[in-house]
Amino acid sequence: MAHSLSARPPSLERRYRKDRRFRLYGLLAVAVALIFFALITGGIVFRSFQVFQTKEIVLPFTLDEKTYEGFMSRGFKELFPDATEEDLQNLSTLLSLGGQKVFYQARARALKNKISQDSLFFPLSEDALRLPKNQPWVNLLLEKGLIDLRFNTRFFTEADSRNPETAGIWGGVLGSFYLMLMTLFFSFPVGIASAVYLEEFAPKNRFLELIEVNISNLAAVPSIVFGLLGLGIFINLLHLPRSSTLVGGLTLSLMTLPTIIIAARTALAAVPKTIREAAQGLGASRMQVTFHHVVPLALPGILTGTIISMARALGETAPLLMIGMMAFVVDLPRSPWDPATALPVQIFTWARNPEPGFMSSAAGGILVLLGFLVLMNLGAILLRKRFEHKW
Amino acid sequence: MSAPGFLILSALTLLGVYLGRFRVLKISKMPQNPAPSSLLKYYGIYVALWVFIPGFLVMMASFLPLFSGLSRRTFLYTMMILSLSGLVYGLRRTQPSFRAREAVERTFKLVLGTSACLAILMTLGILISLLSETVRFFTWVPFLDFLSGTTWSPQTTFGPEDSIGEFGVLPLFSGTLLITGIAMIVALPVGLFIAIYTSEYASSRTRDLIKPIVEMLAGIPTIVYGFFAIVAVAPLLHTVGQGLNIEISSESALGVGLVMGVMILPFISSFSDDALRSVPFELRENSYALGATSSETIKKVVLPAAMPGIVAGVLLAVSRAIGETMLVVMAAGLTANFTANPLKSVTTLTVQIVTLLTGDQEFNSPKTLSAFALGLSLFIITLILNMIASRVVQRYRKKYGT
Repeated sequence: MAHSLSARPPSLERRYRKDRRFRLYGLLAVAVALIFFALITGGIVFRSFQVFQTKEIVLPFTLDEKTYEGFMSRGFKELFPDATEEDLQNLSTLLSLGGQKVFYQARARALKNKISQDSLFFPLSEDALRLPKNQPWVNLLLEKGLIDLRFNTRFFTEADSRNPETAGIWGGVLGSFYLMLMTLFFSFPVGIASAVYLEEFAPKNRFLELIEVNISNLAAVPSIVFGLLGLGIFINLLHLPRSSTLVGGLTLSLMTLPTIIIAARTALAAVPKTIREAAQGLGASRMQVTFHHVVPLALPGILTGTIISMARALGETAPLLMIGMMAFVVDLPRSPWDPATALPVQIFTWARNPEPGFMSSAAGGILVLLGFLVLMNLGAILLRKRFEHKW
Repeated sequence: MSAPGFLILSALTLLGVYLGRFRVLKISKMPQNPAPSSLLKYYGIYVALWVFIPGFLVMMASFLPLFSGLSRRTFLYTMMILSLSGLVYGLRRTQPSFRAREAVERTFKLVLGTSACLAILMTLGILISLLSETVRFFTWVPFLDFLSGTTWSPQTTFGPEDSIGEFGVLPLFSGTLLITGIAMIVALPVGLFIAIYTSEYASSRTRDLIKPIVEMLAGIPTIVYGFFAIVAVAPLLHTVGQGLNIEISSESALGVGLVMGVMILPFISSFSDDALRSVPFELRENSYALGATSSETIKKVVLPAAMPGIVAGVLLAVSRAIGETMLVVMAAGLTANFTANPLKSVTTLTVQIVTLLTGDQEFNSPKTLSAFALGLSLFIITLILNMIASRVVQRYRKKYGT
């Protein structure tokens, strides 16, 4: 059968069309993933706007005023000399309940630095600002230029509080920091030691295979099971304090131990056999070969793996919930035995809070968490790039 | 015990290092004694080990509830006595002819081996703690009722006093399966096609761009997905439902499954990508030589060849989805609904574990014990899935000699 040069038999044309469609599906799938990624990050950023700005009002502050209530009525009376008692009552509801803390903190500072007069910014309650009965006052305040939109630094420096306007992420950040330290303290030495033993010294028999299977299974166990383990052993058996960084660190280190062991073993195995043989040829003992030559060469890979495991532990909430970190913790922990909270748990508690203002606090907290994760992963990647050996 | 004990232990250890080294040096300087058989530092370390290890063990023992009756002072004194005796004993052994390096290295190897045993101890620990509580649970609720009951409603404080509630686990399994099923419907095609695109069609530059972003989806903490689900997906579904006049629960399995699908997508795509790439080129080339288009080659040659690796990826993704906690806790419901309707709210194993253990905590009630039973079931299920997956990967590697 003769075909002209420019025509293709229709069956071939069909197959080519199918081919193009298939490729299109692949591209669509990639687009779906990218779109979801953008939606998730964009959605969180969008939802967090409210928490990074606060509406605040300037009120004069003197040391003579000893109570928050007195200060409020005096401040508003100065602004609106003809306000009635009832008006003053209404006005004071505009201030966020968290303003009390701000007042007493400012008072303590003023006493210390001997400042007798000042004008301070006080946070306003979002809900009160929206109430229709308060609108005339709000408009008046806006006209006078007394309401200011400022960047909410309090979010980064304060611990949790009952009002979304004064609740901050610092308690969570500090708690997570201590948790990471404890986890590193327990899991890094044990993990490296185990990996070195399994890779360099253990006899290659069925028992070793059993341990290897064990460790890969442990690495895939859901994190909540480790939480149950922590609850069962550390809290119920050993009676360690609930919600403390000690128990949290122990539980998280049990969780990260398998991943650290696997990463360290991979790094150790990547060091070529010739290094070991050369060292032994020069008279080094097995220990000396391992610790003077192999481990230093594998160290960048080990550190990269450790950082990545820690990053994963940072975002884990379930095990911490199991060991009791659900409580509302306002004071910062001063020792590993004190109750603490952690960044992901704080986010979780805020997201569950019925008060709507806390949703944007949760979104802000998520951004802080993601920020730390990005930093850690970038650090790990930089470490790998800089010290990577191409054998 | 704590701070002063730790300081004393450290001080004694350092003393041991110094004394050991010093003593060996002095002895070997005397004319009739031989030269030390190891480097001097090893003698110091040897003595230090004899000081440190007994003291350290005493310190660890002070945490055990077995000895909680003893006062801190008792521990401190015990530690000091043991460490000092260790110091004396170690010093006595430091002769130049003593092979200190070998002794130190042997001890070190023992320490390393003990660390490795911790891994097995951990699995045993999980099994034992879960098993003991589960066994106690089954003294309250019969095993068969647990496995075959279709109602899950543990007694809350408002229920009738003498009923402990229903503990049938089937609605939880069905809820978990429903959500996991929806997640796989989303993740499997998308993940597979992403893998096909990145392994077969994309240039290496595009691949280097796409792979990190998809892997970042895997690195996002699940609480973020949970937040996204309640903030964006649930309201959206609810509005869509209103528009179509169907009742979509704000905690619907559909919403949770959708977000879960996005979450496990990277698992499937990266496993499948590795599997597809490891199929030898010859197979593709033979197919092209016989006149197949690239999509036909992929569909009929490469994909079947890579199937074991893809299956392993799917199994691991399912295992991950079943064990996922935070996403479901935030976005799924609390009441057990034995249904296959994705528009209703269901609850899963993990949600129940969290709910049961974050309320009031009387530790012997069947309510809290059931959480451990659920935990054991979860552990067993994920263990089985993982073992099948790794067996599949092993056989696959043998077939292709990777």
